[in-house]
Amino acid sequence: MSKIETLKQSRRAFLSGAAAVGAGAMASGEAQAQTADPLITQPQEWSQGFGDGVDATPYGLPIKYEGGVVRRNVEWLTADQVSSINFTPIHALDGTITPQGCAFERHHSGAIDLSKANYRLMINGLVDTPLVFTYEDLERFPRENHIYFCECAANTGMEWAGAQLNGAQFTHGMIHNMEYTGVPLRLLLEEAGYDTTGKWVFVEGADASSNGRSIPMDKALDDVLVAFKANGEALRKEHGYPVRLVVPGWEGNMWVKWIRRIEVTNSPVESREETSKYTDTLADGVSRKWTWAMDAKSVVTSPSPQAPIKHGSGPLVITGLAWSGHGRITRVDVSKDGGKTWETARLAKPGERMALTRFYLDINWDGSEMLLQSRAMDETGYVQPTKTQLRDVRGLNSIYHNNCIQTWWVRENGEAENVEVS
Amino acid sequence: MLKYLKSIVFAFVFCAVADSALAEKLGLGRAALPAEVAAWDLDINALGEGLPFGSGDALVGEEIFSEKCAACHGDFAEGIDNWPKLAGGVDTLDHEDPLKTVGSYWPYLTTAYDYIKRSMPYGNAGSLTDDEVYAIVAYILYSNDLIEENFVLSDDNFLAFEMPNAKGFVVDDRGATEYAIWSDVPCMKNCKDTC
Repeated sequence: MSKIETLKQSRRAFLSGAAAVGAGAMASGEAQAQTADPLITQPQEWSQGFGDGVDATPYGLPIKYEGGVVRRNVEWLTADQVSSINFTPIHALDGTITPQGCAFERHHSGAIDLSKANYRLMINGLVDTPLVFTYEDLERFPRENHIYFCECAANTGMEWAGAQLNGAQFTHGMIHNMEYTGVPLRLLLEEAGYDTTGKWVFVEGADASSNGRSIPMDKALDDVLVAFKANGEALRKEHGYPVRLVVPGWEGNMWVKWIRRIEVTNSPVESREETSKYTDTLADGVSRKWTWAMDAKSVVTSPSPQAPIKHGSGPLVITGLAWSGHGRITRVDVSKDGGKTWETARLAKPGERMALTRFYLDINWDGSEMLLQSRAMDETGYVQPTKTQLRDVRGLNSIYHNNCIQTWWVRENGEAENVEVS
Repeated sequence: MLKYLKSIVFAFVFCAVADSALAEKLGLGRAALPAEVAAWDLDINALGEGLPFGSGDALVGEEIFSEKCAACHGDFAEGIDNWPKLAGGVDTLDHEDPLKTVGSYWPYLTTAYDYIKRSMPYGNAGSLTDDEVYAIVAYILYSNDLIEENFVLSDDNFLAFEMPNAKGFVVDDRGATEYAIWSDVPCMKNCKDTC
């Protein structure tokens, strides 16, 4: 079959599909202009003169028209900006890679200024030889590239008791997804001659909070990376420059930034960040600890409260993100009626292990209100739960690990709002 | 001839390196000196490993707390505004909005010592002496009505202190309580009774 014939066939299929939706649907090109568009008929400045020369911006930033696509915080959430969090503008991004400049930040004592020259990484504890590495040493180990999502355990944490924050950025924006370059932690442990009876590693950052977490040795040897590049360039200061830990699929707090020490131990430290925080209190007052893995989750990023439909009825792209700390996303379903009926969305690419997956549902919107939801499934067969299912098991006080199905109420005018449906 | 020998030697060395690359070390980094390990290896685990020699009571602790901690945590460890509350909250864990403090929630006292020693005071981390940390921990316990004001907390009796919520934690049980339930084939049509 020739290429043209294929195109004709698929176009016929599209038109007949559109016609089947109903009389409200508009065939492509049906809109009529009354007057000629001056952007087309009049000479424009940008088409006649010069633009910027090379090096006008030695390191490029987004053009001014995209100035609103930035990290934002919710000030009342925390007491102080240096021990706080902000949110990735996921409502305005597409694809899966998060640009470093708008990837969410979480600091416990602020983003510190630590140069490569001043950087040291120590490995001690149950090892043959405690070692000190410089930054240059790390670049001499065999390195790997992997794309992984990093999600704060508190992402969606404000939504346990009811719909609260009005925007995907704020309900689901404690996440980013980058391509990391780094050295497998296993290689560094082998270099120090780790004691194979050691069951844990304690990892600690160089900032004043000295954030420390205990990681089981099995995970440390499996896929943990000591990373120094993200999306091809050096880590940003706010993400742990020059070196951070990458703990695929596990809660962001374990991805220790400015990592300076790795200690092989026989028992967990039970540090503040793994006892008083990042533990999940259930309805009966008992709390779960060591809930490291982030369960499968998804959210529609557009349309959403910050990304309303402005074009009226007709062709509409519904899109969102899905991810799982247990492996690959295999399927995402979308509901337009609050979970009564579902249809399976198109994955932009097959799901990748512990990385964001982009999904699309291309519809012909009839202009009526929608209760938009998405539901992710991962390779283990796990199905993202509803809020009710989560609450039935955990109650309302867990704070962390809220991976419930999110609902956006999209009104006839295209505006959307964070709501709950029963 | 000499040239020939050289290349044989070179080839031999190359092979030896190639064979050992995966199995042996790369020889990168240097040995950490004891003083360097001592400077950074400050964590104290739940078994008390790393707990330094020293002591302090709540009376001394109150003075230090008032000077170095109370601006955020309040004079009585009750917490100011959004800053962490360190006292109170007993029997609230199964209520709406539980108040999680050192007294009501933290399972290990070692965690308090470890965190205060390494990460506090906020903005001047790591500046407290070992005895000051014992005294501050004692004051926090006193603020939670868990000890008398003249009780001397020390490396000797530290581990004997059982926290009220020590048994309030279970290791991640999602595999049994959630994953097993939420892995059915998902419903696609007529999924709600209220349709």
